[in-house]
Amino acid sequence: MSKNLIEVRNLAKHFEISNSFFTGKKKIIKAVDEVSFNIKAGESLGLVGQSGCGKTTTARSLCLLEPKTSGSVNFFNPEKNIMESIDAIDEDGMRVFRRNMQMIFQDPYESLNPRWTIKDIIKEPLDIHNIGSLGEREEAIVEILRTVGLTPPENYLQRYPHEISGGQRQRVSIARTLIMKPKFVICDEPTSMLDVSIRISIMDLMLNLAKELDVSYLYITHDLAVARYMCNRIAVMFNGKLVEIAETEELLNNPIHPYTKRLISSIPIPDPGYKRERYEVNFDELDKIISSNPNEKMVDIGNEHLVATHDTKDFFIET
Amino acid sequence: MSDIILDVQNLSMHYETLEGNVLAVKDVTFNVKSGESFGLVGESGCGKTSVAMTLLQLQPENSVISEGSIKLDGKELIGLSENELRKVRWDSISIVFQGAMNAWNPVIKIGEQIREALREHYPENSKQTNIDKINQLFKMVGLDESTANRFPHELSGGMKQRAVIALALSCDPKIIIADEPTTALDVVIQDQILNEIKKVQELLGLSLIYISHDIAVIAEMTDKIAVMYAGSIVEIGPTSEVFNSPKHSYTKALLDSTPSIKGEKKKLKSLDGEPPSLINKIEGCSFAPRCPNRNISCKPERDMKLIEVGHDHFVDSCSLGENYE
Repeated sequence: MSKNLIEVRNLAKHFEISNSFFTGKKKIIKAVDEVSFNIKAGESLGLVGQSGCGKTTTARSLCLLEPKTSGSVNFFNPEKNIMESIDAIDEDGMRVFRRNMQMIFQDPYESLNPRWTIKDIIKEPLDIHNIGSLGEREEAIVEILRTVGLTPPENYLQRYPHEISGGQRQRVSIARTLIMKPKFVICDEPTSMLDVSIRISIMDLMLNLAKELDVSYLYITHDLAVARYMCNRIAVMFNGKLVEIAETEELLNNPIHPYTKRLISSIPIPDPGYKRERYEVNFDELDKIISSNPNEKMVDIGNEHLVATHDTKDFFIET
Repeated sequence: MSDIILDVQNLSMHYETLEGNVLAVKDVTFNVKSGESFGLVGESGCGKTSVAMTLLQLQPENSVISEGSIKLDGKELIGLSENELRKVRWDSISIVFQGAMNAWNPVIKIGEQIREALREHYPENSKQTNIDKINQLFKMVGLDESTANRFPHELSGGMKQRAVIALALSCDPKIIIADEPTTALDVVIQDQILNEIKKVQELLGLSLIYISHDIAVIAEMTDKIAVMYAGSIVEIGPTSEVFNSPKHSYTKALLDSTPSIKGEKKKLKSLDGEPPSLINKIEGCSFAPRCPNRNISCKPERDMKLIEVGHDHFVDSCSLGENYE
C-alpha cells in the first residue's frame, strides 16, 4: 500500500459574521467542521456534496489560501522524505509545499489573466519558483503544451485567452498547474463549465496525466457520476462535516448514511428505461441531529468504509 | 396518439451581426402532441434556446426568421402583431427560463409579479380570485403561501425556480417550455424540481418542451427527443428508441460521453474538435469535421436531410451510408 501524501486531521474553518452593525453581536458559521481524511500518493479522492456545504472552503484552507481555524494538515515533503505539518514549516518548506500543491479552478474564463499571452501564463510559476534557465523554461512550456494536447504548441504561445475556446483554456489551466510537476492537485469542479463532448476529453487528460506524472487529486464536484469516473475514493460532505468516505464503487453500491443515499438517489440516469428509487431525507432534521451531536465520530464498517455516527435510532450505526 | 398541439415546419432563423449572419436555427421541423414531453438536447450554442425563443417570438431584434412556420393549435404564430402575440404568450405557451435568479424583478414581491401576469390576461378577475389562484399554484409546486409576500432575494435558488414554474402555470397554458430549468441548481434541488415539473405536467395534462444539455435529465423527463447540432436537428425520435439504438454518430457520441453512476463503469469516449462557428453557411454536413465514423462512402458535401428509420424516428441521412441517396 502506498504511503499517505496528505493527512488532514480535524480541520475546521469558522467564519464570524456580525448580525447587527450596531450591537456588534457575532455569529459563527462553521463552514468546515472537524474534517479528517487522508490522500495516498497517486490516489484521487472525490469530495462531493451540495453547493454551500464547504467543499471549496475545505480545499482553500487545506492549501493555506485561507487561514484555517483549527486542525492539522500534514504534507509529505518529497525533498526530505518525511511528513511535515504545514503549520510548522519554514519559508523553504513552504516553497516546497507550494510547488507540490497546485490548484485548478472551476471557471477557465476567470482564472486566466486576459492581458497575458498563454506563454506568460504558463511561465509565471516557473519564474516565481525560479526553476531552470530562461531557455529551459521555454522548452518546458512547449513540452507541457504538447502534453495537454494543445498542438502544435507554437500556434498557442503568443495567443491570448480570449482567442481560444473554453476547453482549450481549461487545458492551459492544467498546463500551468502541471508545469510545476506537483504531487498533489486540487481540482475545483474543473469541468462543470464545459460542454459535454469536451468535458470527457479534459477528464481523460487529467486521468492520463495522473498516471504518467504520479499526481494525486482532490477532486471537488457535486456530480457523483463525474466523481465515479475520476476518483478512487469518494468523501461525502454535508453542512461542513464529512458523513461518509469509501472506495468509489463501495460507496455507490452500499451507501449507509442517509445523506449519501439521498445524494445518490438524486442523480439522473442516462437510460430512459431506468426508474430511480426515491429516497427522501429531511435535511433540517438531519442538520439538527448532526449539530446536536458534537461527539460524532467516523466508524469503519469494513473495507475502509467510514461512516459518521449520530445518536439517533433512525440511522444508528453500531460501533 | 393524441392530437398535435405545436407544429413547427422548416423553421430557419439567423442573427444579423457585424461579422455576418449567424445561422442559429436551420430547417428545424418537429411537432409536440398534447400531454407529451419533448426534449431538445445539444451542446451550448447549438441553437436550443434560439428555437425556444423563436417559438415564443421573443428573439432579439437582430434576428430574422427566414422561413418556416410555427402553428400552435392550428394558428400560425409567425407574422402576428405584438398585441396578438401577447394573448398567445402565457395563455397558450409559457416558458421557464434558465436562471431563476434572473427571472424575477428584485424590488417587487413574488406574489405581485405573478398577479401582474394574471391581471394582464384576466382583467375581469377580482383581487381575491387572483390571490386564491396564486395560493393554489404555490401549493401545486410545493411552496408555502407566505412566499407570495416575499421578495426574490429572500428565497433560495430552488424556491425561486419553483415560483418561476408557478408563474409559468399561472394562465393555464397548454405548453410549457423549460429552458435548462435546473442547470444553475444543485443535484438534490434539481431532483426536486424535476419531480415537481413531472407531477404538475401529469396533473394538468400539459405538453412540455424540455431543453437541456444533460442527456441523463432528458432521458428521465421526455417521451420524445430531438438532438441538435450546429442549428440542425440531426436525430429525432421516441426517447427510448434514440437511447437504445442511436443512429447518428453525434447522438452516439453524446451518449458515449455521459458518465453514469449505474451499470458497468465504462470508458467514456470524447469527441475531437469543437462545434463549428455558425457565422456564414456551412456547406453540407456540419458534423463531418468531428465525425468519428467519417469514411469514404460518406459524402460530407451533401446537405443534411432527415430520413425516417423507424416509427417517428428520423435521422440525418449522412449516418446511414450510401443506401439512402
